[in-house]
Amino acid sequence: MPKRTDIESILLIGSGPIVIGQACEFDYSGSQAARALMEEDYRVILVNSNPATIMTDPMMADEVYLRELTPSSIAQIAREEQPDAVLPTMGGQTGLNVAQDLKEAGFWEEEGIEVIGVDIDTVQITEDRQQFRDLMEDIGLDQSRSNTAKSLLEAKEITQELGGLPIVIRPSYTLGGGGGGIVWDADEFESMVTRGLELSPAHQVLIDECLYGWKEYELELLRDPNDNVIIIASIENITPMGVHTGDSITVAPQQTLTDKQFQKMRDAAIKAMNSIGTFAGGCNIQFAFEPGTDRMIVIEINPRVSRSSALASKATGYPIAKVASKLAVGYTLDELPNEITGDTSACFEPSLDYVVTKIPRFNFDKFEGVDEELTTQMKAVGEVMSIGRTFQESLQKAWQSLEIGYAGLGADREDADRETVRKRLKKPHWDQLLHVRHAFRKGASVEEVYDITQIDPWYLHKIQDMVDLEEEIRSTALRDIDERFMFEIKRNGFSDEQLAYLVPEDVDDEEVREYRKELDVTPVYQVVDTCAGEFPAETPYYYSSYETVNESTVTDKDKVLILGSGPNRIGQGIEFDYSCVHGVKAAREMGYEALMLNCNPETVSTDFDVADKLYFEPVYWERVMDVIDLEQPEGVILQLGGQTAIKLGERFEEHGINIFGTPFEVMDFVEDRGKFTEVLRKLEIPFPPYGVAHSVDEAVQTADRLGYPTLIRPSYVLGGEGMRIAINEDEVAEYVSNILSIYPDNEILLDRFLEDSIEIDVDAVCDGEEVWITGIMQHIEPAGVHSGDSTAVLPPYSLSEEVQDTIRQYVRDLAFELDIIGLLNVQMVVKDETVYVIEANPRASRTMPFVSKACGTRIPAIATKVMLGEKLKTFREAGELDCDLEGYAIKEPVFSWDKFPEVPKELGPEMKSTGEAIAFVDALTDEHFQQPYEMKDLYLSR
Amino acid sequence: MTDHTNDTSPQASDPAKLVLEDGTSVRGTAIGARGLTGGELCFNTSMTGYQEIMTDPSYYGQLMMMTYPHIGNYGASDIDMEAEEPMVAGFIVRSFTERHSNRQADETLDEFMREHGLVGISGVDTRALVRHIRDKGVMNAVISSDELDDDVLLERAREWPSMDGLELASKVTTDSPYIYCEGTGPRIAVYDFGVKQNILRSFRARGATVRVVPGETPLDDVLSWDPDGLFFSNGPGDPRAMADAIDRVGRALETGLPIFGICLGHQLISLAQGFDVYKMFVGHRGANHPVKNLDTERVEVTTQNHGFAVDENSIDDGKARVTHVNLNDDTVEGLRFKTFPGLSLQYHPEASPGPHDSHYHFDAFMDMVASERNVSVPDQPAEPVRAVR
Repeated sequence: MPKRTDIESILLIGSGPIVIGQACEFDYSGSQAARALMEEDYRVILVNSNPATIMTDPMMADEVYLRELTPSSIAQIAREEQPDAVLPTMGGQTGLNVAQDLKEAGFWEEEGIEVIGVDIDTVQITEDRQQFRDLMEDIGLDQSRSNTAKSLLEAKEITQELGGLPIVIRPSYTLGGGGGGIVWDADEFESMVTRGLELSPAHQVLIDECLYGWKEYELELLRDPNDNVIIIASIENITPMGVHTGDSITVAPQQTLTDKQFQKMRDAAIKAMNSIGTFAGGCNIQFAFEPGTDRMIVIEINPRVSRSSALASKATGYPIAKVASKLAVGYTLDELPNEITGDTSACFEPSLDYVVTKIPRFNFDKFEGVDEELTTQMKAVGEVMSIGRTFQESLQKAWQSLEIGYAGLGADREDADRETVRKRLKKPHWDQLLHVRHAFRKGASVEEVYDITQIDPWYLHKIQDMVDLEEEIRSTALRDIDERFMFEIKRNGFSDEQLAYLVPEDVDDEEVREYRKELDVTPVYQVVDTCAGEFPAETPYYYSSYETVNESTVTDKDKVLILGSGPNRIGQGIEFDYSCVHGVKAAREMGYEALMLNCNPETVSTDFDVADKLYFEPVYWERVMDVIDLEQPEGVILQLGGQTAIKLGERFEEHGINIFGTPFEVMDFVEDRGKFTEVLRKLEIPFPPYGVAHSVDEAVQTADRLGYPTLIRPSYVLGGEGMRIAINEDEVAEYVSNILSIYPDNEILLDRFLEDSIEIDVDAVCDGEEVWITGIMQHIEPAGVHSGDSTAVLPPYSLSEEVQDTIRQYVRDLAFELDIIGLLNVQMVVKDETVYVIEANPRASRTMPFVSKACGTRIPAIATKVMLGEKLKTFREAGELDCDLEGYAIKEPVFSWDKFPEVPKELGPEMKSTGEAIAFVDALTDEHFQQPYEMKDLYLSR
Repeated sequence: MTDHTNDTSPQASDPAKLVLEDGTSVRGTAIGARGLTGGELCFNTSMTGYQEIMTDPSYYGQLMMMTYPHIGNYGASDIDMEAEEPMVAGFIVRSFTERHSNRQADETLDEFMREHGLVGISGVDTRALVRHIRDKGVMNAVISSDELDDDVLLERAREWPSMDGLELASKVTTDSPYIYCEGTGPRIAVYDFGVKQNILRSFRARGATVRVVPGETPLDDVLSWDPDGLFFSNGPGDPRAMADAIDRVGRALETGLPIFGICLGHQLISLAQGFDVYKMFVGHRGANHPVKNLDTERVEVTTQNHGFAVDENSIDDGKARVTHVNLNDDTVEGLRFKTFPGLSLQYHPEASPGPHDSHYHFDAFMDMVASERNVSVPDQPAEPVRAVR
């Protein structure tokens, strides 16, 4: 049936601030939903409190509300706007929860607003353990078995029924599941059951079947109003059961099930989805599969789009959120086209002819004392996805994408020692696969590694093959590698850097690259086309591979390559994707062909219809250069992608690749404390006393000279990584040796820390002729708390006009002196009416999206056009530089403390927040201002 | 296309070549049995089910190229057979898994191929070849691991008989009639032009007594068994080259017995009704083709394997009605007949490999038989008599 005409306006709920487990994938789904509904001429009312999202851009919807996502605020908006329907499935669990709360309060019914995209009456079934079990039993799907015991004898009987040890014991009604765990052998059994029975207030324990060693799968489904269900993707977790799927390394499509096993899973998934009420939309179902017995059990259902559906969309090319939105307004799948081919139906199941690998990215370094073992509680802050023709290629590309210094799956440095390998293999950790590789290097067999890790042998065999190939490379001189062998190496995903490390002679990756090109071994680009090449595809979505035919036709247009910001991490997240998306749009508006390169599946920038061409590739030197070699762009834009892109700047410069906007020397220059201080001196701008050090001793001497407290930080980092405030020599020594252990050769910066001062963040754009100060933000928390963790108020709430004028003057002076073309962010502190400049960053800042939203200005777009040669004058004359903010806008940091209960909640110069929200207030009496103001000193620590 | 080896596996082994009749030559590594083989080069986009595809009699004489790059992942198993032995003439993959991982496997895929003398090649840029035949149309090719000279192989590829106008069902049909299973339900006579085992399993699951007869069996012989319904199976080759079979099918339609045809069977029924069948440019081969049921408006994701199709414009609407269409290209996928009780499908409701969305057609046919013949369909599956697998 065609789209519904009985509804005209739709309320779309976002997911709010980024927290662990709910990140920018919901900006991707929300943006797609908004676009899809606008396309169908519905009036779209959108609400989200996260200013760093594309979905909250004014043009994304008819009405955009930057408001908090509470039942009362949503109710207020709904009353004002009187939408006919609400779509709550695009905003993660947050969106769904709010809609459910309002449903329970009878609000939707009262207002005559229909909930679409999900059967809200049945949502709780998927969330309530018992109801879910009952429903699955009704439709005949197998589940994990469990039973309650009230005595040791009963426990023994139940264990026998469940097939013996291992089993899982959970004492009933204890807080946080205390006293539970896996029982491996008979010795422990009695004591653990007895202890469990004692611990439980009801003196009973739940005995669960142990799923250790089971394989985990996820299916992404779409269902239309006719109950047609299709499976968009199958995802197999390499990490076995027991680790949250968000923390697991996963592969699409599934690799190790036979067709009969897979179809059984597909049948079960369709049955399960059709059982949870009447609705049209997306859904995700998780299964566990026991190798050997073929038993398959349902783990859970999420009746909404999810992180996995974002991944599945990028992995297959199928725009799940977009199609799910159209299904929610009445379309059936057969009425919609497959936008990738342009010609075939959207009602089909994508067929892949490549392998996709997802690896989560963690930030344990930000949380001292955190338990790094991976469990059922998600801890990852971001993820990378990579596409390769084979698993090996895909896996190595994923490691190159992670941006933690790896050139692939190891083979780029000394291997870990035997003891570490043994320890790390045993328990799932972020680097478990790396240790699988090390284990093979040390002679372990697939059987041995399987016994320890329970990772499916198929993957282990492939990694062992890679290690075998490594050995072959180790014994071959570079110049003895022939074309054929080089192709084999590259098809296994090895980077030039790994190759340089492996060959016996002392060469670097540039020499390998040069030799490789001599052999004419270069990658080609293939289209992600949803159909394994069966039909021609219209979509310019590419990945590299060492195959034979290049499908990415190079046009004769002028091109700009925009480098994305890679995986989300603390300090570099959605804000930079926001900048990239606008950069792409601006470049297109100026007539350039915009090429986007990124490897983060959660982002809007990697949506296939954002740029003219999307290269889903690691933001890694070799992969970026390969694209540049093919496309020969007029230049690259580095300022938008955070520190990721800037790190590549020096090598671009060396290779004569044009960088649009501020030249690389300047980006480098501002990181050089000595040179930067010279500039400040010349401009007569005050700065706190500082020093640099390259060793612990030097640092202690410098700190003694500067006086305490001293702010210590490494150079070239983002998000205040490794930054600490030291109050004595011992602390200086401790912090500096920590930094040097992570970054040997780093130049350590030391500043006298100005206590009780006010911190200021300024964003600006300069075209060489004038400087546009886009916003001055005053932090509520005292200096010393990282700017990303501070509550920032725009405009300043307690600075005199003189001080503000001084701030503006300093920013202007700096921008001109530094030859900034494009973006500039300056951090300052104010103490006793004196303004000190702490640092300057000639790139997009984390606050830029916030200022854009607060003022209604298109900062990233204008900045990009300035980088490409336009002048601010044009925009000024068009009134585009005017800020329309009335009152104050407040940027509120949001933390994910609940994911790390063992980590003390304290704030310091190292950033810990994962997201932010925006609040607009008329007066400083508002609680959004008052609350942080009253608590401003509470958490300041090192 | 460049002529370098595309091997990803570190174990070097015997070289092999794939040469297309248009002169395209690709080097790779030999898998399975060594030797030379040829046929029409086609591809399948199913990501699982390689063994079912290999043993599907409809692929008889074709060179099967799998688009999914890793093949052999779960080994080979007795339960994944769709016939007694592989039916494809050769097998082409991007990356061959030597060491599989699935406890259901009886042996590696390589062992299976060797055992059955199936010649294959690995390390081939299958995507480039898929796009090549997508643009140029299907063509013949040879795979060889003994002769590696391009000119010789090109000659062999050009000489290889074209599928166009080729009758192949007689090569894969059963030698003699047999009872497949005995149940308490209707008696179904299966004309075997290369029937897939899962079709027989599907009848057995519904309690039917199934008698399988060679494709050339005279109709009277079949009728003397007193069947309640007649089934015309899938199979390889050009249906237009099967004049005798068309003639037999035509007479079968006049018996008034319920009729069911799948794939080749569907084309034979259509030809017998006077409709036209044409050779498609590329054909449908995969497990993700959307088919719309025009009666229910519902869509099935289907398994397909055909290079010929019924011309929609040639369908006499006094004789049949189109019940199912392919959503990708609007081709005819299912017919309901008006002059006799019967239905036929271009695609494969028995799946194997592929989604189970279309199993209901077997129920529909059994119901049709039950009501026409006044028999009942039991809940119990039939007893195997010669359950091949």
